Amino acid sequence: MAEALARLKRHPAAPWIGAVAVALALLALPFALAAVGTTWVRITNLAFLFVLLSLGLNIVVGFAGLLDLGYIAFYAVGAYVYALLASPHFGIHWPFWAILPIGAAVAALFGVLIGAPTLKLRGDYLAIVTLGFGEIVRIFLNNLSRPVNITNGPQGIARIDPFRLDGIDFSKSDSFLGLTFSGPIRYYYFLLLVLLAVIFICLRLQNSRIGRAWEAIREDEIAARAMGIDTTRLKLLAFAMGASFGGVAGGMFSAIQGFVSPESFVLVESIMVVSMVVLGGMGNVWGVILGAMLLSFVPEFLRFTVEPAQKQVFGRVLIEPEVIRMLIFGFALVLVMALRPGGLWPSAVRKRELAARDRSVAGRVR
Amino acid sequence: MDIFIQQLINGLTLGAVYAVVALGYTMVYGIIQLINFAHGEVVMIGAMVAYTVIGALVPMGLPPLVVVLIATGCAIPACMLVGYAMERMAYRPLRGAPRLAPLITAIGVSIILQHLAMMIWSRNPLAFPQVLKVQSYTVGGATITGVQIAIIAISVLTMAGLAGLVYRTRLGTAMRATAHDPQVAALMGIDADRIIALTFVIGAALAAVAGVMVASYYGIAHYTMGSQLGLKAFCAAVLGGIGNIPGAMLGGVLLGVVEALGAGYIGDLTGNVFGSNYQDVFAFIVLIAVLVLRPSGLLGERVGDRA
Amino acid sequence: MTRIPVFVVAIAVAAVSGCGDKKAPASGKVSVVIGSVAPLTGGIAHLGKDNENGARLAIEEANAAGVKIDGKDVQFDLISLDDQADPKVGTTVAQKLVDTKVAGVVGHLNSGVTIPASAVYNGANPPIPMITGSATNPKLTEQGFKNVFRVVGRDDQQGPAIANYLAATVKPKLAAVIDDATAYGEGLANEVEKTLAAAGVKVLPRERGTDKTTDWKAVLTKVKGQNPDAVFYGGMDATGGPLLRQGRELGIKAVFSFGDGSCTDKMKQLAGEAADGLLCSQAGIPPQAASKKFLDAYKKRFNIDPILYSPFTYDAANLLIAAMKKANSADPAKYLPELQKIDYAGATGKIVFDSKGDRSDAEMTIFTMKAGELTPIAIIKSGKTIRYEDFIAQSSSSNAGEASKK
Repeated sequence: MAEALARLKRHPAAPWIGAVAVALALLALPFALAAVGTTWVRITNLAFLFVLLSLGLNIVVGFAGLLDLGYIAFYAVGAYVYALLASPHFGIHWPFWAILPIGAAVAALFGVLIGAPTLKLRGDYLAIVTLGFGEIVRIFLNNLSRPVNITNGPQGIARIDPFRLDGIDFSKSDSFLGLTFSGPIRYYYFLLLVLLAVIFICLRLQNSRIGRAWEAIREDEIAARAMGIDTTRLKLLAFAMGASFGGVAGGMFSAIQGFVSPESFVLVESIMVVSMVVLGGMGNVWGVILGAMLLSFVPEFLRFTVEPAQKQVFGRVLIEPEVIRMLIFGFALVLVMALRPGGLWPSAVRKRELAARDRSVAGRVR
Repeated sequence: MDIFIQQLINGLTLGAVYAVVALGYTMVYGIIQLINFAHGEVVMIGAMVAYTVIGALVPMGLPPLVVVLIATGCAIPACMLVGYAMERMAYRPLRGAPRLAPLITAIGVSIILQHLAMMIWSRNPLAFPQVLKVQSYTVGGATITGVQIAIIAISVLTMAGLAGLVYRTRLGTAMRATAHDPQVAALMGIDADRIIALTFVIGAALAAVAGVMVASYYGIAHYTMGSQLGLKAFCAAVLGGIGNIPGAMLGGVLLGVVEALGAGYIGDLTGNVFGSNYQDVFAFIVLIAVLVLRPSGLLGERVGDRA
Repeated sequence: MTRIPVFVVAIAVAAVSGCGDKKAPASGKVSVVIGSVAPLTGGIAHLGKDNENGARLAIEEANAAGVKIDGKDVQFDLISLDDQADPKVGTTVAQKLVDTKVAGVVGHLNSGVTIPASAVYNGANPPIPMITGSATNPKLTEQGFKNVFRVVGRDDQQGPAIANYLAATVKPKLAAVIDDATAYGEGLANEVEKTLAAAGVKVLPRERGTDKTTDWKAVLTKVKGQNPDAVFYGGMDATGGPLLRQGRELGIKAVFSFGDGSCTDKMKQLAGEAADGLLCSQAGIPPQAASKKFLDAYKKRFNIDPILYSPFTYDAANLLIAAMKKANSADPAKYLPELQKIDYAGATGKIVFDSKGDRSDAEMTIFTMKAGELTPIAIIKSGKTIRYEDFIAQSSSSNAGEASKK
């Protein structure tokens, strides 16, 4: 049996068959989930958004080694760009395919704005400054309702348009070929499409000239500069690209929720995305996807398992799933750093380099 | 004019609180170049422990000052324990790891401490018992309360005591040696691990004092109270020059005064386009400006690795 | 690469096992499921439980009395879900209710959660009627959703109520308005500012903290410099308490007034003696002013007194049932029109909805802090201020009248 399986794996068509199987599974997934409950399609969609965010942050943290603790700001920018250009707030109702690129561009601009003054900073200082920027963006969103009302302040923006394409409204449901295409299922397919594109871009980036230059900067900035790498331009590029992914994710969040307010973009959300990247494996696209999926789904499982279980045993909920979720985030960060600094699924380069570091600097204090 | 003096008093008190918390950041950073993100949570735990102790002691009818002193006396060892455990379990295994690793761990520790505290002391804001009677004094038309005077005095005393410890004692010498070069210090017979652990413990003791101060000043304790305070205090430490003890004090007081005056006057100066609503932005703008323009802070010496 | 299919199976298994225990045993009756959503965990879990209790009581009473719809005996079942006061969780559990095909929804508690969740109910086919007993943000019913109702007053009614009371009794010349930069706090503060200005009171430029601010001294010192006669703060008690205390410490003599977020018993602990004399408002009527019949039944069933909004969720659930009876159908598409034009005498008084789904003539209550106790002093209804004692006398007599009719 094992022999046969191994032979099957070696067969030249095996990767293709595998790919087709995965593709079919992904296509069928929302209907399988919807059969259980459309809730699970929604949960999957939110998880996909976090995967998008994690992949974006991975460019900055994983590829270029710049720890950004204010990443959620770009998500916020994307969400607000969409909300402002497709809601009754200003009475503008542009189509989503026009706004999403604008959101990505504006987010990228913010990325450069944040990147430019902090280029000289490294490591932990950069982390703190980006954290500060993240808070500044949120505070401005919260306060730009007066003297001129731009963001509608803490009230947030409601009745944001859903995606509409060729007369198909993503928020309504209808049947086709005997299958019910509900709103969440449509968003699922759209998200899947975007996600595949982003994964493709990330994989291509990783092994490109740019990707290798980022890696060089991450490992030793001075040496990288000595090798003729334009570190300024490349760091800004990392910020801009990472930010633009966040912007796209934000726009989609806006459309799916139909309502945005600054309280969705607090520091904890940034830290959540960092946790996903770190847990999965900084720098490895597949690892990051795994991390984001795990940290999105595990709390949902807990909600459906731990909560009823506690109710049965103790008669009430002792530890809320929300708290368990945050504790998982916390312990994931601490334990991964202590036991598996490369994350659950480390990138090949990282793995090599961590092994090497252990041998050369064992016992050094700093 | 009395309004201006009042704002200065407000700023000084707030700044004194920032300063005591900033001392903890600065000590740890000075010795192992780690931003101990979780320091703010230690402050919170100090406040929470004191809350529980005061709640238990009040019915016994002891004099208020004694109650507060006992509460502080309980909060300090509790925080020291937390500080030691934190260093031992989370940070020590990471010596030699890439620089980002301990920072990420620190974020994790901070989340864990916050939520453990929430499970113990509930999610609700706790009314911190007001045992000390509020005594108000009038200075040039402005009011200052006894608690405010105490806060400013305590923070000056802690800073002086800490400076004495670091610059005048053998332990301080060992600390500075470890900060300068841990390997050489180890060759000189200094147990670097012990010194680092001690630094964490002393920082945690300061955090406990700060926690009791903050909670009794504002009359409220909450499991999230540490994070914003910690962030501001960190900004203060950077402003003064991180790793520098008088710098933490100066940075704290400056930041406090900037916030108070900013909230008080920015609105009038900008025709109410900006106002007190941007109060929290000031600290971050100061932080970014300092890091970009003078990364070593006001009193710190230039260190190549930092910028 | 096998990771994904395994994942799918895991999800499916977990979800099925999670749903399996929900099927209520049918005892020969037609089951009509009504959903109740509120935060059952977290900081305001006690309020969420209170909301759930209100709905549960209504449903149990209906079952005990026996309801026939379309000639068949009906058994009402309540599904109670936890939205954790989080908008994201709110839409997820809303979808869960839509999936289970509930006939109607009582909830949610917070405005910030109710608004995005209402879109989920509206997007269902057919749209599922939802009635909230506690979400007060005006935006909820301004979305143009036909299935959304509220039996409690709106912030833009509460703001004017407290502001008018302030203007009429304190008669300030100059007032300061502060908020905590949240949807709730700012929304309320905006309404108060508007009403005060309309009443001829000069209002200082808005000052603002955050929902975590504990140091209000800088803001208050600035306010003190202008010497206002009244200060209004839109925010929760955790920030309102320190604000009030520090205001008195600085020697501000003005009357302090708050909205319902700071109109809680906690104020006396948080602000100490400084809390005395504060004015504050709550949407609706205080639970102790609800009908005696409800109060007794609640106490008997749950062994505690109603906390805050349960009279409203009780009415909300009863409204759903009453509309179903009238339409003789539990199909949302059929009974929704009946709900829109309902005229119902509930535990909180007469309920009629306007075209937006808001309750016409919703009441507001003004409280004052007297010797550490929040004491109701006035009820405001259709722009008229009624002394609390008079209101109680009125409502008990009308309740008695109703009872004799039956």
